[in-house]
Amino acid sequence: MSNERHVHVSLRGVTKIFRGAGGTPPVHALGPIDLDLRRGEFFAVVGPSGCGKSTLLEVLAGLSEVTEGEVRFEGKPIHGEIMDGVGVVFQEDACFPWMNIYDNIAFGLRQTSITATEIEGRVKRALSMMGLTPFAQSYPAQLSGGMRQRVCIARTLVLQPRLILLDEPFGALDQQTRLLMGEELLRLWRETGATIFLITHALDEAAMLADRIGVMSARPGRLLEIVETGWARDRDSRIVETDEFGRITARLWQWLRGESMKSIDQSSTAA
Amino acid sequence: MNGTGRWQGTLILIVALIVLWQILYWIVGDIALRSPWQTLSFTVKLLQKPSFWPHLIETGKAFAAALFFAVALGLAIGMTLGLKRIAGDVFEPMLVALYSIPKVTLYPILLLTFGLGISAKIAFGALHGFIPVSLFTINAVRNVRPIFLKTGRVLRLNRFTMITRIVFPAAMPEIFSGLRIGFSLTMIGTVLGEMFASQKGLGYLLMNAIGLHNVDIIMAITFMLVVFAASMSGLLLAIDRRLHRRV
Ligand SMILES: Nc1ncnc2c1ncn2[C@@H]1O[C@H](COP(=O)(O)OP(=O)(O)OP(=O)(O)O)[C@@H](O)[C@H]1O
Ligand SMILES: [Mg+2]
Repeated sequence: MSNERHVHVSLRGVTKIFRGAGGTPPVHALGPIDLDLRRGEFFAVVGPSGCGKSTLLEVLAGLSEVTEGEVRFEGKPIHGEIMDGVGVVFQEDACFPWMNIYDNIAFGLRQTSITATEIEGRVKRALSMMGLTPFAQSYPAQLSGGMRQRVCIARTLVLQPRLILLDEPFGALDQQTRLLMGEELLRLWRETGATIFLITHALDEAAMLADRIGVMSARPGRLLEIVETGWARDRDSRIVETDEFGRITARLWQWLRGESMKSIDQSSTAA
Repeated sequence: MNGTGRWQGTLILIVALIVLWQILYWIVGDIALRSPWQTLSFTVKLLQKPSFWPHLIETGKAFAAALFFAVALGLAIGMTLGLKRIAGDVFEPMLVALYSIPKVTLYPILLLTFGLGISAKIAFGALHGFIPVSLFTINAVRNVRPIFLKTGRVLRLNRFTMITRIVFPAAMPEIFSGLRIGFSLTMIGTVLGEMFASQKGLGYLLMNAIGLHNVDIIMAITFMLVVFAASMSGLLLAIDRRLHRRV
């Protein structure tokens, strides 16, 4: 029972099978998966393309109903409804093209009872943190893909969620920005004490940011291994110089090499 | 194309049309046409006649009311059918069918229902305009990117907020294209409605002038309608382009 307090999200036997639409066979995308996310931890997930990472995130968010198994958030079971305190950054660009950047970021806050002054403060802080202040009045179409993704991150962070789910949020960024954004995320994580669940295809990113890294198998996605990094809480991107960082990345690659080949085989036989 | 380029293009088009008109006038002669200059001066004269204004006002009122109903009905039907997949699949083909029949065949029914007054014209105008608005709105709502709806769900928006703050603005550029077409068709419908079974309005004057073979009036009224329709749709097109540029 004492363990309950430390578990933020728990998955038990979670399986997702997409019913085939229009004569196509059903797709077993995920599971079964058992996993506990600890309160306040930084958990990263790596896995071959198409292995069900985004599906796992949607299940965690409550956006997608599980076929089998159970998801609990803060002790309460989730049945395809979104819980308060969960924030999501999607893989796809989700900026609203009809609003300027400021309004995009403020939109979620304006749907709550938070005061206007508080909203303004939070949005301005988020804008400056993401390097978007000069673009507050611009529209998404005027921004690059990487900047738009930063808007989506800012928009989620201003809500100060207790559980933050990120689906390859830095995918559209160059390597340098990626590292700096990673540091920002770490700082935020330390300051807010939120639990972070980050999907990434970059092994070094996972190795640098996370406390634990879940390695997923080719479809249907299962957890093959959970790698503990053992980093101190106040780490930054300089850990990439350490030997331990190299060992962790190598270990992830060992696990993933075979799975990635399977995943490529899967897609070439499917084609 | 940039703004000045587009203006130049429009100007060239207008000049070309006037030149063509003048040439046509030289060929056809006074029996069926007036020259651009004669038309313009007669139009000014007509506008100075107090007896003309009640007709213009009548058409203006009928058109405004018809447009209001066309847009309101079109949006209501379009949003409803767009949001409800199955109902949309059933009713959309019916709207398309209704769109493709000549609406004049329905006019007797409208006259019997609404009488000879302004209501029949309004109904006839709205009948022309609401279908494109509905069809465009249905498709616009269906084409809203699922990621926007997902974002709305994560923000735990209620259905009303979801529709007003996400579905509607996301669909707006396409809806607006429907409004633009609905605008022109409503105008055609309203004037057509006045041409049959009416005692007032530009359509009535036009029909009357055709009967009396009064080429001056025919040309002047047609000219007014064309200038109004062209400038309005130019304006709407400019807004339309602005909306689409953001996507
Ligand atoms: N709505 C759906 N209906 C049917 N199949 C789906 C659906 N969504 C995803 N899938 C399938 O489930 C599998 C896992 O998809 P998912 O998007 O979770 O993979 P992923 O690991 O996020 O991939 P990537 O690395 O490319 O982002 C894929 O084979 C995909 O085709
Ligand atoms: Mg994915």
